[in-house]
Amino acid sequence: MAPGDPQNVPAVDVRGLTRTFRAARGGGEVCALGGVDVRIERGEVFGLLGPNGAGKTTLIKILTTLLYPTAGQARVAGFDVIRDAHEVRKRIGLVSGGESSGYGILTVRECLWMFSQFYGVPGKVAGPRIDALIETAGLADQARTRINRLSTGQRQRMNFARGFVSDPDVVFLDEPTLGMDVNAARAMREYVARWVREQPGRTVLLTTHYMREAEELCDRIAIIDHGRVLACDSFAGLRRRVEGGQHVELELRAADGGTPALPSLAGVQAVWGAPHPERGTRALKFRLPPGGALADVLRELEARGVRIEAIATRETSLEDVFVALVGRGLEESDEHEDDGAAPSGAP
Amino acid sequence: MSTLALNLRATWGRAYGRLVGAFREPTWLLTDAILPNLGMLAFVMLYRALGAPRSFETLAVVGGLLATYWINVLWGMGAQFYWEKQSGQLQLYFVAPCSRMAILSGMALGGFLLTTARSAFGLFLGFVVVGVRVEPFSLPALLGVFALTMVALYALGMVMASLFLLWGREAYHLSNALYQPVQFLSGLYFPLRTLGPLGIVAAGLVPLGLGVDALRQVLLGAGAHGLLPLRFEIVALVVLGALFLWLARVALAYLESLAKREGRLTQRWQ
Repeated sequence: MAPGDPQNVPAVDVRGLTRTFRAARGGGEVCALGGVDVRIERGEVFGLLGPNGAGKTTLIKILTTLLYPTAGQARVAGFDVIRDAHEVRKRIGLVSGGESSGYGILTVRECLWMFSQFYGVPGKVAGPRIDALIETAGLADQARTRINRLSTGQRQRMNFARGFVSDPDVVFLDEPTLGMDVNAARAMREYVARWVREQPGRTVLLTTHYMREAEELCDRIAIIDHGRVLACDSFAGLRRRVEGGQHVELELRAADGGTPALPSLAGVQAVWGAPHPERGTRALKFRLPPGGALADVLRELEARGVRIEAIATRETSLEDVFVALVGRGLEESDEHEDDGAAPSGAP
Repeated sequence: MSTLALNLRATWGRAYGRLVGAFREPTWLLTDAILPNLGMLAFVMLYRALGAPRSFETLAVVGGLLATYWINVLWGMGAQFYWEKQSGQLQLYFVAPCSRMAILSGMALGGFLLTTARSAFGLFLGFVVVGVRVEPFSLPALLGVFALTMVALYALGMVMASLFLLWGREAYHLSNALYQPVQFLSGLYFPLRTLGPLGIVAAGLVPLGLGVDALRQVLLGAGAHGLLPLRFEIVALVVLGALFLWLARVALAYLESLAKREGRLTQRWQ
């Protein structure tokens, strides 16, 4: 099996990958990745889902040759990320959400051209490719606009386009739609799906906070927390793991206007959803196990002075799977986004 | 695509970005081309008022021109990686398959071409407006010494780019603090020989003084009051240029390895 041969090797092959950081305070070490195994086949859109500090960004940094692992092995397109870093770089693209690439005084087109040159893209190829990407990113009207005159969302769309300017084999999208409006995010998702479909063998590794994005795009999803992969399967496969019982969402109003502490209700693990400030309510989500009685939960809520404004039941979503596996929702994460790569104790 | 072709493209890509961007900002003409030359003019006027030999006016003009390049090396090269890090862009350079030296070379090439365009204004001011004179000189020798000086200066800038990144704000402040002393120790507005042994030591550390002195010797001969014989200075510039290029490579490799080991340096918050 020749390294880099598109027919024979997985796009990403990670075995026992571990990364620890030296803690700045109190000595000791912080484990960002603790023995991760992941294999991503060519042509897949693979999602990496986890709360802040789960280790997603650390994994991407290792795979994009920005960080050494402490132990284990990682190969991209058949090449070892340490020994063959140069070969890996020739085949990858990276888009990090919220990044700012390029120089404010350059136009969108000039910036994309500059980055294409860092990948050695010949001028005759770069020109039409950049035009197509600008079109896809919805920046045709801003192609000759200086970057420092773009809005945050437009800048993020340009960053997205930059990740594809070298037509890489494997693209790492780390929260790529962060800061984009709904329409732009949808256009980006459509582009990714089309890019993979139209160019067999192209692969995408996506990390996202948007469950819908992962559901819509990804062939398989790995749920990661505290540096460990808790589950890795297709969405349907993940859903089967937690199916059974009923997914319930309540809209609650506390009598005193506050948020009551709810570690568990009648033996059911519940998580808070988004508040509705305009109605003064807040959503509470939980899964009732088979045989579980909704009436018991409602009675207990009433006993705690909580008024129930609305009740809805629905199918298992990726968020349900996530909560069932991780034990908390993405919105409840309390650590810094990039903690995986730079935990608070990291140097 | 060969590695050489890739790196040449990367160099030009980075240089192009710098060139195009700079000509788009008209205020830079004032801050980078006109204002820096006022200091040079002040010295020319001073020497003229004192009745100093006319060669002293040429000394000041040559020093003023080289000062423009030094400013570019200091802030356009030395501080650049630090700024790239602060803007979150550095990691994109480290992910690209081209050599980091190619990107630094692009910064140097762009900075050099840009500064040359700006220093043309200084030349015009010194030799046409103020009427500074030179002795008959060898153009190939002048261009050769100038090229060696630029290679040594910008190679030093490449080394500084890594050091600035490694030491962060401290290096930034140190450089700010050293700006005037380096100008003084390089004898930009007076013959470097005046400093005696101190001038020789300074010239051995920063090639600015050596370059200025060598260029003056080519233009003015004995009137330049040179520090060392010209051929010694040329050899020293070659050695310094090669040394700084090697050091830049080593520093970059070390920096990248450190960044990968410790997970910092490429992120703005680290």
